[in-house]
Amino acid sequence: MTERPKNFGFSEDETMLRDSARKFFQDNCPVDKLHSLVAYDHDVNRSNDCNWDRDLWQQIVELGWTAVCIPEAAGGVGMPLVAAVALAEEAGKAAFPSPLLATFNATFVLNACKSDAATKALTEIAAGKATSLAVTNQQGSWEPADTDVSIDGGKLNGVSYYVQEARKADQFLVSATHADGVGLYLVDSNADGVEIVPDNIIDLTRDQAHIEFNNADAIELAAPGTGIDVINQALPAILCIVSADMVGAGEWLLQTTVEYAKTRVQFDHPLGFFQAVKHPLVNVMLDIDRAKSLTYNAACAVDTEPEAAEKFARMAKSQAGDMAVFSSSRAVQFHGGIGFTWECFVHLFFKRQMHNQVLYGDAKYQRAKLADMLIGDIA
Amino acid sequence: MSDADAKDSPEQAEFRAQCQDWLAKNHPGRPPVKLPQGALELYDPAALAWLQKWQKSAYDAGMLGCDYPTEVGGGGKTDCQAIANQEMQQARTPYLPNVIGMGMAAPTIFFHSQDDVKAELLPKLLSGEEIWCQGFSEPGAGSDLANQQTFAERDGDNWVINGHKVWTSLAHFATWMILLCRTSKDDKYNGLSYFVVPIKSAIGNGVTIKPLIKITGGTGFNEVLFENLVVEDRYRLDDVGAGWKVAMTTLAHERGAGPMVTPASGGMSLEEGETVSTSNAMSLVDLAQSQKRNNKTAADDPMIRDEIVKLVIRQEGMRQTMRRMTVPPLTDHPMRIPLQSKLNYTELFQDMAELAYHIEGAASSLNVTDENAPAGGQWPFAFMNSFGMTIAAGTNEVQRNILGERVLGLAKSK
Repeated sequence: MTERPKNFGFSEDETMLRDSARKFFQDNCPVDKLHSLVAYDHDVNRSNDCNWDRDLWQQIVELGWTAVCIPEAAGGVGMPLVAAVALAEEAGKAAFPSPLLATFNATFVLNACKSDAATKALTEIAAGKATSLAVTNQQGSWEPADTDVSIDGGKLNGVSYYVQEARKADQFLVSATHADGVGLYLVDSNADGVEIVPDNIIDLTRDQAHIEFNNADAIELAAPGTGIDVINQALPAILCIVSADMVGAGEWLLQTTVEYAKTRVQFDHPLGFFQAVKHPLVNVMLDIDRAKSLTYNAACAVDTEPEAAEKFARMAKSQAGDMAVFSSSRAVQFHGGIGFTWECFVHLFFKRQMHNQVLYGDAKYQRAKLADMLIGDIA
Repeated sequence: MSDADAKDSPEQAEFRAQCQDWLAKNHPGRPPVKLPQGALELYDPAALAWLQKWQKSAYDAGMLGCDYPTEVGGGGKTDCQAIANQEMQQARTPYLPNVIGMGMAAPTIFFHSQDDVKAELLPKLLSGEEIWCQGFSEPGAGSDLANQQTFAERDGDNWVINGHKVWTSLAHFATWMILLCRTSKDDKYNGLSYFVVPIKSAIGNGVTIKPLIKITGGTGFNEVLFENLVVEDRYRLDDVGAGWKVAMTTLAHERGAGPMVTPASGGMSLEEGETVSTSNAMSLVDLAQSQKRNNKTAADDPMIRDEIVKLVIRQEGMRQTMRRMTVPPLTDHPMRIPLQSKLNYTELFQDMAELAYHIEGAASSLNVTDENAPAGGQWPFAFMNSFGMTIAAGTNEVQRNILGERVLGLAKSK
C-alpha cells in the first residue's frame, strides 16, 4: 500500500494544473460574463434553454482536463483524483457551466468497470465526449440499487431521473435492472429511443433532465449483478468532486462578501467593523477550511488508501454540504437588500451551492451512513 | 520513507535519525502519578518532578531548543526543532512541563533581551529546571490586554513593581515570570514595558501567590501580587515603552505564528487502560453505547448519532487542516490556518462535552465524586473546564476579531 503523503498527493504537476485552471477561469469565465450567459432572463416562465459556452468547453477538452483521471492506456493523462479535485474546485469558484464534473463522475465509474467496453468509453471521453451518469430513480434515491430502468435483450426501458448536464452530454452511463441484478450500460444521447426531458431547475449554472428510454440499444459496461459494486467503488471519488465544487464556490462567496463588507458603509463604518458581520464571516472561513481539508484528505484516500475512502468521502460531503448552505445564506444576508436581487451575482453561487448540497446525498444522509460505519447499525 | 523524510536536508535527516535512535532507548515509560490533561493544569509536585526529569533528559539529548544558538544553551541547528517534535510525537512521549517558558518566554527573550541575560536564563528554561509563568492578564486587562495597571517605577539601576496579575498558570511552580506592565500613564500602548522577573526567590519579599479556584472547585491557576518588588534594569526586554511590541512577539509564538518553532512533545495517552478521553470525539460513541435514553441505548437514537458524527467530522476536519497547514501551495493567507487552530480545538472540546450531557441525560447531574456518575463524571467536569480554553490566551471572540482583521482584512472592531 502506498503511504499517505503529507501533501495529499498535490505534487508539482497537480499544483501547476490548479494554477492554470484558476487563471483560465478568471480570464474566460468572469462572473459578469457568466451572469449575462445564464441569467439574462429573470422571468420565472423563462425558456428552459441550456446556456453554456461550448467553445470554452472545447478548449478545456483540448487542454486535456477532461482526461486527467483517465488511464494513459485509454488515452488519458493518468493523474490521481486530487488533480480532478483541483480542477473541480476552480470550476466551482467560477460556477462554470459545463459537463466537467459529470464527465469526471462517469470516468470514475468507468475506471471501476474494468471491461473492454468501459475502456473504449474512456477512450472516447479522452477524445472529447462529455458523459454523464443516469443512475437515479424518481424518488431521487442515491442508493445504487435503486433504478427505474430495466434491460432486456440489450434494450433499455424506463426513466432515469436527476441526470446532471444531460443536454451537454454526448453519452450516458445508465444503471438498469436485469433478472441477474443491476448492470451498467452506455447509450448515446442522440440514439433512437433516448429522449432527454429537461427539468425546470433553480440553479442557472447547471442543466438537469430525466431521460426516457424506449427500447434503446445499449452497450454493456458492467454485467448484471456487478453494477452496484462498481458504483460503490466510484462513489468516494464522486463525493470528492462535488465537495471540491462546493469548496470553490464557498470561497467565492466568502471573498465576495468580504469585499462588500469592506466597502459598504453603514452607521459610519464599513460593515466588517461590526462583529455581528465579522464573526459569522470568520465562521464561514472556518467551515470552508474544514471542508477543503476533508475533501483533499478524502481524495488522497481514494488515491492511496481505498479502504478508508468511503468514510473520509462521506465526511467531506457532509461538511461541504453544510458549508455550502452556510456560505450561501451568509453571503445573501450580508449583502443586505442588494443581495436579495437578481442583479447581484451572489444568487448564481447561492443556487449552485443549494443544488450541490443535495447531490449524491445531503449532509444528514452522509452522517446517517457514517453513523452506521462508526457507531454500528441501530439495534 | 515518508514524504516528510524525503524533504529533509542532510542536517535534518541526520538529526532525525539521532532522535529516533535516542527515543527508542530512552522513552520514560508510564508516569508513577496521575497527570492532568496538560501542563497548564499541573498542581501535583510529584507530577511536575517526573515531567521535569523527562524534559531535562530530552534537552540533554539535544531535542529541545535545537534551533537556538549554542551560546544560549541551544543546539545551534537549522530547522530541526520541527523534526524533533515530529519524532517525539511519533514516539508518543509525555508532554513537557515548561510550556510557557518554551512557547512564549524563550523566543521573546531571544529576540529582545541583552546577550548576558539570554545566556543566563535560556539554558535552564530549555532544560525545564526553571519553570516559567506569564504575567499578562490583570483584573482589568483580559481581552483588552493593553489596559495594564501594574506599574514599574524606575529607581536608579532598578525598577520597583506594584500590581496585581490574575489567571496565572504555573505561578506556584515558577522561578521566573514574563511580565507586561506600565511604565508611563501617558500613553496606553507606548506606556508599556516588558520585564522578566523572579518569582520563587521573591516570595515574601515583594511577591505573593494565591491560588484561584476554578468553577470546577479545583485549583490550577493563581493570582500574583507585587508589592515593591525590586528588579534589576538588565531584566528589562527591549526599550522602555516598547512593551507592546515585545508582547506581540510573545503572542505570535503563542499562536504558533512566530519565527521560532516551539519545542513540543506529546502523544502519550494519559489514561492507560481507561477508554475515556474527553479530547477524542470517538469517546462519545463508547459513552452513547453505555447510556440509556427512554429505555433505549443512546447510541441508537438518530438525533444523538447525528450529533456525534458531526463532532467526529469536525475533529477529522481539524486534523486534516493541520496537515494542510504544512503544505504551502494548499494554504492561502499564511496566517489563515495557524490563527484558526485555537478556535477549532477549544470549541470542539467544549461542544463534545456539552453533547455528553444529552447522552447521559439525568446522570449528567452527578459530580466526579459520585460513584454512579457515568465515565467517572469526567464529561460534565470537562465541560466546565473547557471554558478555561475558550477564554484563555485571548477569548475566542478576540480570536475571531484577529482572523477577521488580519486574514480577511475587515475593518478593525473596537
